[in-house]
Amino acid sequence: MSSFAKFGNDLYTGRRSYDFVAAKKIWFIIAAVAVALSILIPVAKGGFNLGIEFRGGSEFTVSNVKTTDADLGEKAVQDVVPGSVPRVANVAGTTMRIQTDKLTDDETIKIKEGLTSAYGVTDNEVTSTFVGPTWGADVTKQALIGLVVFVALATVLMALYFRTWKMSVSAIAGMLVTMFITAGVYALSDFEVTPSAIIGFLTVLSYSLYDTVVVFDKIRENTAEIEVSTRRTFGEEVNLAVNQTLVRSINTMMVAILPVGAILFIGAGLLGAGTLRDLSLALFVGILIGTAATIFIAAPMYAWLRQSEPLLVKQAQRVEHRRAEGAKAAVEKAAAQPAKG
Amino acid sequence: MARTGRKKPSPRVLVWLGVILAVLTAVLAGGTMSGVASWAPKLALDLEGGTQMILAPKVEGGSDINEEQLNQAVAIIRQRVDGSGVAEAEISTQSGRNVVVSLPGTPSAETRALIQASADMNFRPVLLAAPGDPVPEAERTPAAQLPKPTAKPQNGSDSNWITADIFKRFEALDCAKPQQDKQERSDPAKPLVTCEPATAETPAIKYILGPVEVKGVEIQGSTFQLQQGAQGAVTNEWAVNIQFNAEGTAKFKTVTERLHQFYITAGGDTGTDPKSQFAIVLDDQVISAPRAQAVITDGRPQITGGFTEKSAKVLSDQLRFGALPISFDIQSEQQISATLGGEQLRMGLLAGLIGLLLVVVYSLFQYRALGFVTVASLVVAGALTYLAIAILGWTENYRLSLAGVAGIIVAIGQTADSFIVYFERIRDELREGRGLVSAVENGWKRAKRTVLASKAVNLLAALVLYFVAVGNVRGFAFTLGLTAIADLIVVFMFTHPTLQQLARTRFFGEGHKFSGLDPERLGAVPLYRGAGRVRTPEDTPSVVRAKNTGAAAEAERRMTIAERRRAEQQLAGSSKGPAKESK
Repeated sequence: MSSFAKFGNDLYTGRRSYDFVAAKKIWFIIAAVAVALSILIPVAKGGFNLGIEFRGGSEFTVSNVKTTDADLGEKAVQDVVPGSVPRVANVAGTTMRIQTDKLTDDETIKIKEGLTSAYGVTDNEVTSTFVGPTWGADVTKQALIGLVVFVALATVLMALYFRTWKMSVSAIAGMLVTMFITAGVYALSDFEVTPSAIIGFLTVLSYSLYDTVVVFDKIRENTAEIEVSTRRTFGEEVNLAVNQTLVRSINTMMVAILPVGAILFIGAGLLGAGTLRDLSLALFVGILIGTAATIFIAAPMYAWLRQSEPLLVKQAQRVEHRRAEGAKAAVEKAAAQPAKG
Repeated sequence: MARTGRKKPSPRVLVWLGVILAVLTAVLAGGTMSGVASWAPKLALDLEGGTQMILAPKVEGGSDINEEQLNQAVAIIRQRVDGSGVAEAEISTQSGRNVVVSLPGTPSAETRALIQASADMNFRPVLLAAPGDPVPEAERTPAAQLPKPTAKPQNGSDSNWITADIFKRFEALDCAKPQQDKQERSDPAKPLVTCEPATAETPAIKYILGPVEVKGVEIQGSTFQLQQGAQGAVTNEWAVNIQFNAEGTAKFKTVTERLHQFYITAGGDTGTDPKSQFAIVLDDQVISAPRAQAVITDGRPQITGGFTEKSAKVLSDQLRFGALPISFDIQSEQQISATLGGEQLRMGLLAGLIGLLLVVVYSLFQYRALGFVTVASLVVAGALTYLAIAILGWTENYRLSLAGVAGIIVAIGQTADSFIVYFERIRDELREGRGLVSAVENGWKRAKRTVLASKAVNLLAALVLYFVAVGNVRGFAFTLGLTAIADLIVVFMFTHPTLQQLARTRFFGEGHKFSGLDPERLGAVPLYRGAGRVRTPEDTPSVVRAKNTGAAAEAERRMTIAERRRAEQQLAGSSKGPAKESK
């Protein structure tokens, strides 16, 4: 505890410093590999595990079941439609959800009867729905439009606020990395892609940019008068800002992820599959990656984008020179001292 | 904002926050007591259970519906449902044929009728009208006297449309009985025998109508307003306006030219010739049959007479939505059990509560006593959000969905972040060696910008999602935006003023070990560390200078310029060869 406070102090003064900026090549390579993997995973697995909203099909919900045995549901469906592969899941306590391919009206009625007797419930505790395959596509299309509009507006907003488009570009780059990796992990987890997962995904994007803005604001502050300072180079100044906000980044990430983690790990046990679980997985991964992407991708990229600006190259030379001077002075001072004594 | 000068800040802002909370609570309490609002927020379909309707669209002539028409149908129904004030209605297509409408709660009869109301609208001229009761068997026209068309009808108002068969049906028609045999839409090229159903004010009327003259798709729009008198003064009469498109305008002109002639011949206002009337037919039922008091040449007729504000709105809505040549049959209407919704809500809240508890523990662990400020702030933010949702549920019929609950749970983290950013800034200031009071002021100045900029990103995301996205996503975006606003209010009106007050207490001001602001633990470096050991100005980021006078800033700038010159000289020197020691 006190060591965490000390950790914060050391980060602030620069006594302890992690080289996020200088080691950018490593981070970029890791990110590139992770993004490539995230693209390959869904391809290798033959696409995402799409929810019924995207596939289309019939869905039954059975409330107040006596037992949550999935086999009963499967059997009830297969009795009517031999060879079909229904997806049976326990959603929230004593409710079962059975999803099948598209059924005829006749089959629906028969399966409904079968489920009623299999789970020992009354007639009105079994509901059935068809879902057309366009629902999910509709939502996704609108979400994508929203995404593009949001990114465009956020880019302009950040460029105006920070007075440099390079911060916008770096922030968006960090966001894209977050987006790809989150999608990759989602594909790997084999969770169903449902509209609520799409919602989680959109939140992650906004969180990712939000987090980057907080860190970039500190960078902007630290580098406001970089042209007239000879203490640190631009890259070092950026790195210091990231280090100084590191405690905040960790604290924020923890606070954001605790409720989400509670839903994902505690809630999922109680809830089974459902809106909240799909959402919280996207969020959980997204918040982790988003925080990391700000530190490892966005900030180093910003330093990298700007380091070749003539003004900053000159400034770096001055810093080098001053340091050389300082070192020389220290050596001479050290050499002079024994003579004195 | 509170003026944050050197003098003691007054707790006025805190009082104002209290006033806001009290007013919101009073509003909600007032609404609850008068029975129009409730303390519990309204819940959406997935939490409360609700009604799902499956509608089968039917196209005129019985041909199959194509995808474009189906999408049009969905858009129209969505507009109707949203227009009726139902939030979070989900409208989707099913197997490329049907439209599924999910409504939270049990829809009112009006909402249901509005959705069901077929958009198969058209205008037909009236041939004959009579009270809605069937003519008693004994009094019916004998077969010999039944009308017999003598020639092919010349126009829509020609009595030759009325065949013996049609007339018999007309006499037998009973408007009090529901018309069950309406499986097929009527043929627009043939006459139609139908009713105008009874309303509270008027009895039912039955009509024989001529063929369709103007179609509903030719309506461009419809409004309703208080009628303007001859002098342009507003009267107390409600009127419904219709705007036709170019085609409709031309057709309607021809119709009114003919009908107006009947109106004049029958003796103007005192006349009773039904042929001067045109019937607005919706779903094969007459919804209004005004007389043509004038020839309408500009395609902008106005219907007046006997409207209340409500009935004018209903007719206007029907006309507006009538522009779609598709009608709907309700195939199934299903109530969705509330059990699942209730369970999801309970589990969601439980998980959220556990999450919140973890946040509290973490905050106290990290920030010690300061963590209580975080917790108190979260409580205030939660109270604001709750009041807003409950009041919006009442005034705007906003309904909380599971996605909305998720939005709130996610918001816990983002709200707490504002406090974290702020606290870390204060700690930074303490590390610089400031006293707590000025650390709070300076930290706030710097944190304020960051908080505003980052919340702007959040609000932007919420706004874009709200306006672009549909269904579920909207509910989520709404709570996300709402909590972002609540967060800003809390940070500005609660967290900061509270810290200003706390900074003056002994516990925090003297940096008690458990205050979370202990300068020693934060490794604070005093600005002056005794003779000759003053920190270099570069240690202090320039923004801190905010309080300095202009002169001091100028001095600093001069110094750094001098420094730069020196550095440049040195750089020039070093490039020539080994530099000489300066001084």
